[in-house]
This record gives sequence, structure tokens and C-alpha cells, in this order.
Amino acid sequence: MGPNRMINKEKRRNCICTLILIAAVLGICGFLEANKYSYSYAISIIERSMVYAVVAVSMNLVNGFTGLFSLGQAGFMALGAYVTAIFTIPVSQRASVYYISGINPVIAGIQLPIIVALILGGLVAAGVAALIGFPVLRLKSDYLAIATLGFAEIIRACIAAPQFDTITNGSYGLKSIPGFTNIFQPLALSVICIGLMVLLINSSYGRMFKAVREDEIAAEAMGINLFKTKELSFVISSFFAGVSGGMLAMFMRSIDSKTFQVALTYDILLIVVIGGIGSVTGSVIGAFIVTAGREILRFFDEPLMLGGVQVPLFRPGFRMVIFSILLMIVVLFYRKGLMGTNEFSWNGIFDFFKHPFKKKSKKMEGKA
Amino acid sequence: MSLTTFLQQCLTGISLGGAYALIAIGYTMVYGILRLINFAHGDIFMMAGYFMVFAMASFPWFIALPVVLIVTTVLGVSIERVAYKPLRSAPRMSVMISAIGVSYLLQNLATYLFTALPMGYPEIPVLKKVYQLGGLSASFVTFLTPVLTLILVYLLMTLIQHTKMGMAMRAVSKDYETASLMGIDINRTISITFAIGSLLAAVGSILYFTDRMTVFPFSGSLPGMKCFVAAVFGGIGSIPGAVVGGFIIGIGETALVAAGQSTFSDAFTFVILIVILLVRPTGIFGEKTTNKV
Repeated sequence: MGPNRMINKEKRRNCICTLILIAAVLGICGFLEANKYSYSYAISIIERSMVYAVVAVSMNLVNGFTGLFSLGQAGFMALGAYVTAIFTIPVSQRASVYYISGINPVIAGIQLPIIVALILGGLVAAGVAALIGFPVLRLKSDYLAIATLGFAEIIRACIAAPQFDTITNGSYGLKSIPGFTNIFQPLALSVICIGLMVLLINSSYGRMFKAVREDEIAAEAMGINLFKTKELSFVISSFFAGVSGGMLAMFMRSIDSKTFQVALTYDILLIVVIGGIGSVTGSVIGAFIVTAGREILRFFDEPLMLGGVQVPLFRPGFRMVIFSILLMIVVLFYRKGLMGTNEFSWNGIFDFFKHPFKKKSKKMEGKA
Repeated sequence: MSLTTFLQQCLTGISLGGAYALIAIGYTMVYGILRLINFAHGDIFMMAGYFMVFAMASFPWFIALPVVLIVTTVLGVSIERVAYKPLRSAPRMSVMISAIGVSYLLQNLATYLFTALPMGYPEIPVLKKVYQLGGLSASFVTFLTPVLTLILVYLLMTLIQHTKMGMAMRAVSKDYETASLMGIDINRTISITFAIGSLLAAVGSILYFTDRMTVFPFSGSLPGMKCFVAAVFGGIGSIPGAVVGGFIIGIGETALVAAGQSTFSDAFTFVILIVILLVRPTGIFGEKTTNKV
């Protein structure tokens, strides 16, 4: 068998595997959709995971691929969520939502289709990111982290401020946001968003991002405009964070400024770190593991009776302690996370099954 | 606004600033040595608040105070040992994520152990006694905070400038590797830095919470960030800078609250951060550094 035929054969195999995977995903989603009422819990976990997957990949785009330690995700999600919510709440219900201080006449009559509102939310987040980027992106690692964190808090403070009550409904939050009608909507949205980001990462722009991550000075010497590249990555990441914020608003049906606290950014950081900083696949897997894990570990929060004796540790909050210890273990001992900087590929999986330990020994040789 | 109200607000601002200054010193010292924002510092401050609640429940205040100081110091040093020491040679992003992880852990641990509901902070009768000074009236703690802050800073400066330990700390912050070649025990120096930082955070926490009356698991995160900004403002790595920054942030914030803009008083801090980083990235007292390729 010639090498060409080998490659063709592999290609065909990969193609078939991909088709099977897509069919399986669609099949599972279709099954869940058909039995919506008995699997509503599973569906809500999957939908939340999809939303988190989008924002985790967007965070990875900035932190993992461009090497900028930005912690502003929650702020951009808040912008996207509020824009989406404001323009999609049915006009007839607005009076009951803004019952405290009334609605600003400018936005009172405007209702946009969901997709348009989501994109608009993303654009607003991207626009704000572009403005913030000018001063902030000149800063180096830890200063950047604290400045973006600070901006996220400023955005949240502005949303909750009484001055904007007629637009954001202040501290009462927004409700009656139209939700997803079926599981395929968030699936399609997240696949499109993540797909676009993967295309970007694999393009020449993506290579520019990686060059900046590896060595700023070398990248600059190669003719890459540092500031433009960073700004591009930051703005695009914020756009998708905004879209995912809008998706989160649709998933939760009601939002308020407390949803978008720093803790949300930390949750997403947890997903990115567990999945592997610099791996899109890792972020997606991480989003599902963390979201599902959080629900499955709920029994830690329930009082547990063993042989008639109540085990003392099990009470509300224990789950989150376990989660944070898990994060610490990953950070301290498995710094690469699940995937490191590797991406999913069929060849990788088949190679792994053919020679489970070959890769490791190769690496060892390389080191020696 | 009458003069009395103005002076009253000034006094509140200075007092708040004093507490901020004590916490900011912890940030600036750790950053000076490890080049790490100790995200967990604000949460150590919060934990000190909880320690005080429980210490006061079982001891009289003059025993409770030293107990809180010691326990907080032990907490700070053990965090350094467990979470930062294994990552000495790791990239900076890993250490920072570890710091965020510790902060997350402490907040969740506090929620788990003490519930998310705010807990009443115990009153120390001596500190809460109200004094009249002309038209001004304030509790003893308000007068005590700035004075105590200045005394502690003076002691700390003496320690750093005139003792062998202080010399070691200065050497480590100047050049980590050379210092270790000169026979300085790096790990011991870093542990002492964390001990001093946590001790001052505990003192700051007692002064801060006595005025606030309640503690909850997230009560450390915002003051923590503000104090970091204070440290940056003064020039990170510089102790007098942290003190000046702490006072400025405290007074500025109080002024905004007094002007009726309390929603934006938190935002004010971050605006200051951005402005100072743009205009003078090394802060007021910071040294200029150059990047080597």
C-alpha cells in the first residue's frame, strides 16, 4: 500500500468518524428534545454548558492564544446579556418588567429578532472592549488582569446604577426574556460561534496571536503590530463573550447585575484552566465537565445519613469547596489541564488506541 | 456643606484610608518580592474578620486580639507554602491563577463554614467609645486608625532599613537569584514577608470591620482590589507609596459617597488605576524599570 492511499484511507476514516459524531450529537439532542419533559434537567445542564463553552473559548482566545491575562469576561457578558434582554423582552410585557421606574421611551417600542439582538449585544460588548482596549492593552500581565477586572466591575456598577434605571431596571434586574424554544438553538449558536473562533485561530491572524503570546519582542521584530493584534484579539473575544452573555440571558430568562460578578469570571477561568490554556477542545470539554460536575456533585450539599448518623461535612456550600480544591490541585499538579495545548483530532485518538504509551516515550526521548 | 460636616467626612476618609494602607502594604511587599498580585490577600483580610468573631465569642478582647493576629499570620504563611512555593519556577500566569484559586477557595470555604449571611462583628468596648472633639464626634477607632497605621509603618520601615532581615528582604526583591547565591534563605524571607503582610491585614481588618459591623464571605474581595490599586498608585514595591495610596483612595471614596455618588465610589478606584497606569505606570514613589530582551 502506497503512502498516498494510506493518507486517503485515513482521511476517509476521519470523515466517517466526524459524520458519525455529528449524527450522534444530533441524535442525542433530538432524543432529549422529543422527551423534553422527562429530561428537562439534563437539557438545562447541556444548554448551560453550551453557553459556557462559547465564553470559555472566547476567554481562551485572549488568555491562551494571545497571552493576555484578561479577567473582564463577566463585564462583557453583562453588556451582551442586557442588550439582548432589553431588545427581546416582548413589548407587551415591558410595563410589568419596568414597573418600578418606567421604561425609557427610546427603547420602549423596539423589539428585535433574537439573532439580531444577540449580534447587537456582541457588537456593543466589542465596541466597549475597543474603547477599554486603548488604555488597558498597553499594560503588562498582572496590571492588565487587575485593570480588566476593574472595568468589569465598573460596567456592573453602571448597570446597577439608579441613573440608568429606565434602561437596565437597576437592581431589580430584567425578566420575561424569551428563552430557547428547543435545544437545537443553543447548539447551533455555540457551534457557529466556536467554529468562527477556530477559523480565526487557524488563520494568519491566529498565527499572529500566537506569535505575540510566545514572544512580544520577537513578534514585533517580525513586523507584527503588537497593539493592533492585541486589540483585535481582545475585541473579537469580547464580541463572543457578549453573544454568550446574551445566550446566558436567554437560558436564565431573568438576569440582574449580581449574575455578572467577579465570581462568574473565576468560574470561566476554572473551565479554561481545567480544559487546558490554549486548547479550544479543552475549553469545550471543560465547560461540560465543570457544569455537569457542579450539578452532579449537588449531593455534597445535601445532608448525608450513613447508618443513621449524619455525616458532618455534608451541608450547603461543601460542593463549591470541593470544586475550589479541585481547581487548586489542577493548578498545582496538572498545570496543563486536560488537553494542554493539544486539539481534538481523530488521528490523535486512533494513535492513542493503537499505541497507548508511544507518545509519552517519544517525549521522554526528546527531553533526554 | 458646613465645616463640621466637612471635617467629619475627612475624618471618616482618613480612618478608612488608614485601614486600606495597612492592607495595601501586604500587596506591595509581596509584589516587591514575588512579582505576584496576591489575589488572596483580600480574603485573608476577610478570614481575619471571621477569626475575630469566633475569638471574641470565647475570649475577652485582650486575649482575642493576639489570637486573631497569630491565626491570620499562620494562615497567610501556610497559603504561601502550599499554593505559591511549588510554583516558584512556573510561568507568571500559573502563579496568578493559583492566587485566584486560593481566593476562590477561601471565599467558598467561608461560605461553607460560616454561611453566606452577614455575621455581626463583635464590638470591642474600648474601640467603640464615642468621643467628642469640638463639633466632631467619632468612635475611638476612627481616631486610632490613622495613628496606629503611621506607628506600624514607622516600625516596618525601621525593620526593613535597619535589620539584617530587612536587608535580606530588600536583596530578594532587587534580585532573586543573586540574593540566593549570597546565601540568603529565600524561602524564609518570603515566608516572613507573607507573615508581616498578613499581620498588618489582620490589624487592618479589626480597624475596618469595627466600623462596618458585619462580615460576609465576599467582604474581602472589593477592599482587596481597592488596596491593590492603592499599592499601584503609590508605586508597587514601595511601602510609603502604599500608605499614601491607601489614604488617597480612602479619602476619595468617602468624598464621593459624601457627594451622593455612592454607586460610583467603587468605579472611582479603578478609574484612578487606569489613569495612574497611563500617566505614570511606576506610581508615585516607584522606581523606573527597563525591560531587557
